[in-house]
Amino acid sequence: MSAELLSVRNVEAGYRRRLVVLRGVSLSVREGQVVALLGSNGAGKTTLLRTVMGLIPDQPEKGEVRFRGALLNGRDPDAITRLGVALVPEGRGIFPELTVAENLQLAGYARRYTRSDLDAVLDRFPVLRERGRQLAGTLSGGEQQMLAVARALLLRPSLLLLDEPSLGLAPRVVAEIFSTLRSLNQEGMTLLLVEQNARMALEVAHYGYVLEAGRLVLEGPADRLREDPNVQELYLGVQREASPKGFRRWRPKRRWA
Amino acid sequence: MTLAAQYVANGLASGGLYALVALGIVLLYRSSRVLNFAHGDLCTLGAFLALSALQAGWPYAASVAAGLVGAGLASAGFYQVLVRPVREGTVLGLVITTLGFALFLGGFMAWVWGTDTKPFPSPMSDVRVYRLGGVVISELTAGSLAAALVLVALLSLLVQRTPLGLAMRAVAQNPVAAQLLGVPARRVLAATWALAGMLGASAGVLLAPVLLLDPFMMLDPFLKGFAAAVLGGMDSLPGAVVGGLTLGVAESLFAGYVSVKFKATLSFLVIVAVLLLKPEGLFGRPFERRV
Repeated sequence: MSAELLSVRNVEAGYRRRLVVLRGVSLSVREGQVVALLGSNGAGKTTLLRTVMGLIPDQPEKGEVRFRGALLNGRDPDAITRLGVALVPEGRGIFPELTVAENLQLAGYARRYTRSDLDAVLDRFPVLRERGRQLAGTLSGGEQQMLAVARALLLRPSLLLLDEPSLGLAPRVVAEIFSTLRSLNQEGMTLLLVEQNARMALEVAHYGYVLEAGRLVLEGPADRLREDPNVQELYLGVQREASPKGFRRWRPKRRWA
Repeated sequence: MTLAAQYVANGLASGGLYALVALGIVLLYRSSRVLNFAHGDLCTLGAFLALSALQAGWPYAASVAAGLVGAGLASAGFYQVLVRPVREGTVLGLVITTLGFALFLGGFMAWVWGTDTKPFPSPMSDVRVYRLGGVVISELTAGSLAAALVLVALLSLLVQRTPLGLAMRAVAQNPVAAQLLGVPARRVLAATWALAGMLGASAGVLLAPVLLLDPFMMLDPFLKGFAAAVLGGMDSLPGAVVGGLTLGVAESLFAGYVSVKFKATLSFLVIVAVLLLKPEGLFGRPFERRV
């Protein structure tokens, strides 16, 4: 079995000591894997990624986050980034008033990248090469997402975290993004993918976790999750037990609770 | 006509210095959304430090450099020690913090250097004059304007052309995203504060020979710089420069043709007019946030 890159142990985290979002979450990501983290709105998926990156001050409250064995608790986000963990945040986090080229250039601020690194990334996203001098805020949603991924790749991370890369994008663009993610993984990149689009995520992923109300309720290899009746009903929209009168349950049965 | 030209020339000279003050204010507002009411006192501190260095027998250039570095360090230190921890707090809390620091600096300067006004030497003379047509400009005035313009040009080069400037712009737009790219946002912000302090100190050093140096020298120029910043749009560096020059000229014309006594009031009229007619300022972006 490959080495463990990211390990999250019994993490409890929240905001301003009032709102507890994560209630004891443990997961691990091994080298070369694509791990999907599924869950509905408000389950705590984004909070988990933000906790890993040190973006919430003074969190996690309890538990520990380790990357290649090194404790990440209490480190600054930029320090964590320099260790080799990159996050493509929800909403992409591009700089709308800087040009595409400047957005890419910033990824080299802490650690310079070479001309060939840049070329490799631009070959993956040829649109960005054409748009170099354009302000990033004028790109389409899909292009902005590509810019965000391209920027993260220039950091040459060993672990890439993605927060809802399909959010607000047309199905064709989503398919394009996911095929990029798959080819990145085939080239050896480890991914932790947070998604509402469970179908796409489980197609790419090797392993998955289901987060609900701050707790992990289910985990397993992606193909097993795809077959799981709960996951099918809650996240894949598969309808079971057709009612004789055509009624649908107003609330799906959760068999893990 | 010559008279008007003379007013404009005088106005440009003081406007250049307002622009320097405004740039320091805008730089900080843009990057950390803090209105720094201690900016004026940081300017004065720089001038006092330069004066002490001069009295210790340092050459003029080295003394000025010492003043700039001192004010820059004080500004960055203020950010690291007081502003950053309060950063989570409210806007009001931050304003009170900077006001408190302003009072502290005023007291500190009165304690170290005393409250009596001191002459501040300058390598440029205010007696030697140049004549351009009918317009008379003293060497000191022309020199101050030239120095202000050079500093503005240097700043814009720094912000537009260097990696640090790029990082400063990125942190101003989205500090979290900048950190996710490995940009040390806190250190970049500290550098921004240091830069603002140095700009302020250079304005202080340029103004001190004209105004004579005492701990409260910058009270008036700071308010003018603030008005210039509002006029140009709190978010825009070119706006601060244009705002400063415009305010300087307007003030000089107002003093010449309307009333000298109400000259200082003009900047407040400007603030009120801008807030009523074009709240985002001349170069500012209209207040819109895309969600």
